[in-house]
Amino acid sequence: MKTASKPVALPPAALGAPEVPRSAGRRTGGPWRRRLADQSRAYAFLIGGLLCFALFSWYPAIRAVVIAFQKYTPGSGAEWVGTANFTRVFHDPEFTAAWRNTLTFTLLALLIGFAVPFVMALVLNELRHAKAFFRVVVYLPVMIPPVVSALLWKWFYDPGAGLANEALRYLHLPTSNWSNGADTALVSLVVVATWANLGGTVLIYLAALQSIPGELYEAAELDGANIWQRIRHVTIPQTRFIILMLMLLQIIATMQVFTEPFVITGGGPENATVTVLYLIYKYAFLYNDFGGACALSVMLLVLLSAFSAVYLRLTRSAGEDV
Amino acid sequence: MSTRTLVSPLALARPRGKALYWTVFAGVVLLFALSFLFPVYWMVTGAMKSPDEVARTPPTLVPQHWSLGGYTDAWDLMDLPTHLWNTVVQATGAWLLQLVFCTAAAYALSKLKPAFGKVILGGILATLMVPAQALVVPKYLTVADLPLIHTSLLNDPLGIWLPAVANAFNLYLLKRFFDQIPRDVLEAAEIDGAGRLRTLWSIVLPMSRPVLGVVSIFALVAVWQDFLWPLMVFSDTDKQPISVALVQLSQNIPLTVLIAAMVIASIPMVVMFLVFQRHIIAGISTGGTKG
Repeated sequence: MKTASKPVALPPAALGAPEVPRSAGRRTGGPWRRRLADQSRAYAFLIGGLLCFALFSWYPAIRAVVIAFQKYTPGSGAEWVGTANFTRVFHDPEFTAAWRNTLTFTLLALLIGFAVPFVMALVLNELRHAKAFFRVVVYLPVMIPPVVSALLWKWFYDPGAGLANEALRYLHLPTSNWSNGADTALVSLVVVATWANLGGTVLIYLAALQSIPGELYEAAELDGANIWQRIRHVTIPQTRFIILMLMLLQIIATMQVFTEPFVITGGGPENATVTVLYLIYKYAFLYNDFGGACALSVMLLVLLSAFSAVYLRLTRSAGEDV
Repeated sequence: MSTRTLVSPLALARPRGKALYWTVFAGVVLLFALSFLFPVYWMVTGAMKSPDEVARTPPTLVPQHWSLGGYTDAWDLMDLPTHLWNTVVQATGAWLLQLVFCTAAAYALSKLKPAFGKVILGGILATLMVPAQALVVPKYLTVADLPLIHTSLLNDPLGIWLPAVANAFNLYLLKRFFDQIPRDVLEAAEIDGAGRLRTLWSIVLPMSRPVLGVVSIFALVAVWQDFLWPLMVFSDTDKQPISVALVQLSQNIPLTVLIAAMVIASIPMVVMFLVFQRHIIAGISTGGTKG
């Protein structure tokens, strides 16, 4: 990413004689005015971005906390209600379901979404042929819009003509309800999310594996380490940092899952796939209860910001080493 | 020859190693074809089957009668030109505004030493910690009724464009790149009589082509793939991007037509990926390991 830019050699002749006193005079003459002009110019460049951040990042973050303690209806104002939103949301039977589903989804996504790409990257790194082909193919699903992936899998999971059950029948295995069964729906969604996103993870692992010095493997082999021992004692310790980073990022991303449950299952069957973000959406746009939606948002915000803080702290300290 | 990996080149050279290697290779090719290429094939050909054939069990691997009817129906019935055009407008505007405002802000923060620059940068980086989706509801309320001017950006592309500018990741990427440009270069330009804008335009931006490319791809892909935010912003069917329209229309449309629309919705991003794959893959690989 940070490729070094070409060094630009500047002709010393550029420093023409009349220019020097002018620029020197600039610095001494009227420091106050000069500084003000500098500042206004700097802020002229900054203002567009700054306004957008203020309006669409900082202000909503503060507002989420404020509205969480208000009864808020757009157009007709706000009324302070203390922690009533939190208690109401908390006693909603869907609340427990949403958190349980979100945590289960994240855990399953971590198990499948971590192990599968890592093994894929390990194997791909050993292959000597058609490397570019594998990279393109594994990343292809990432470029398919998430909505299309979700609709595609909804069709695969179809109990009648769905490909998923057809494959099971072909292998003489019992068929499944997939996304239509209360106990299989969540796992079915994890499969979709993993299929759609693992390409990026595989590529990052692949890059990490390629940065492992070959001598380490040679030394391990001379010491008589077999393949498993080499993975255990060379590969994993050498990629530990990347593994940790990606795990944290994946936790943060999967806890905000919305598209798959919204498109494939609509939260059902029997609330089996209602996630926290889906519940936030329902509170705001179905129940018109913005106080409840913001109370839920604040809960999610606090939890995820903790993970993000750990992530940033770790990358920051790693960045200083480089 | 590439560097040494888990399996030594010596082990691979032996007959047994060779046999094992080609077995694994064939296995991986098969697995990748089945799990990543086949679904795409199934989608593209599924749209060419007749409505009867697509619902049949067991399914047919190859359409009995190839027909483009699904695609033409999707184009007309689902009003795809409108939704595709909406998506293009939303993505292009978000990309352009992001380039202009983020580059200008990153340049100011990196080179112009504004007062409170550190505080502002800290505030921008802090938004990286805040999960975007958790803020969609208050963001929606803000867009529905902008503070002070009390206008609504709902059903307006500006509701996509302006929030897209508040992208801390891209801004930080640009700022880090600008930081590496030596101060001497800019001072020399200044002595030559170039203003701040001129310096940015003729010196900084030409040097920043690689990072501008990465930021552009990230910006375009993000808007094209987004679903929840445009779902909230556009209640007006005629203004919806293709991702929202697909889901809204998916209930009452024949399956073959829906599948055809899904294929059409995927084409722009897949084509962009195939054209820029080297850059995209290199960007992900280095971005991931360097953080």
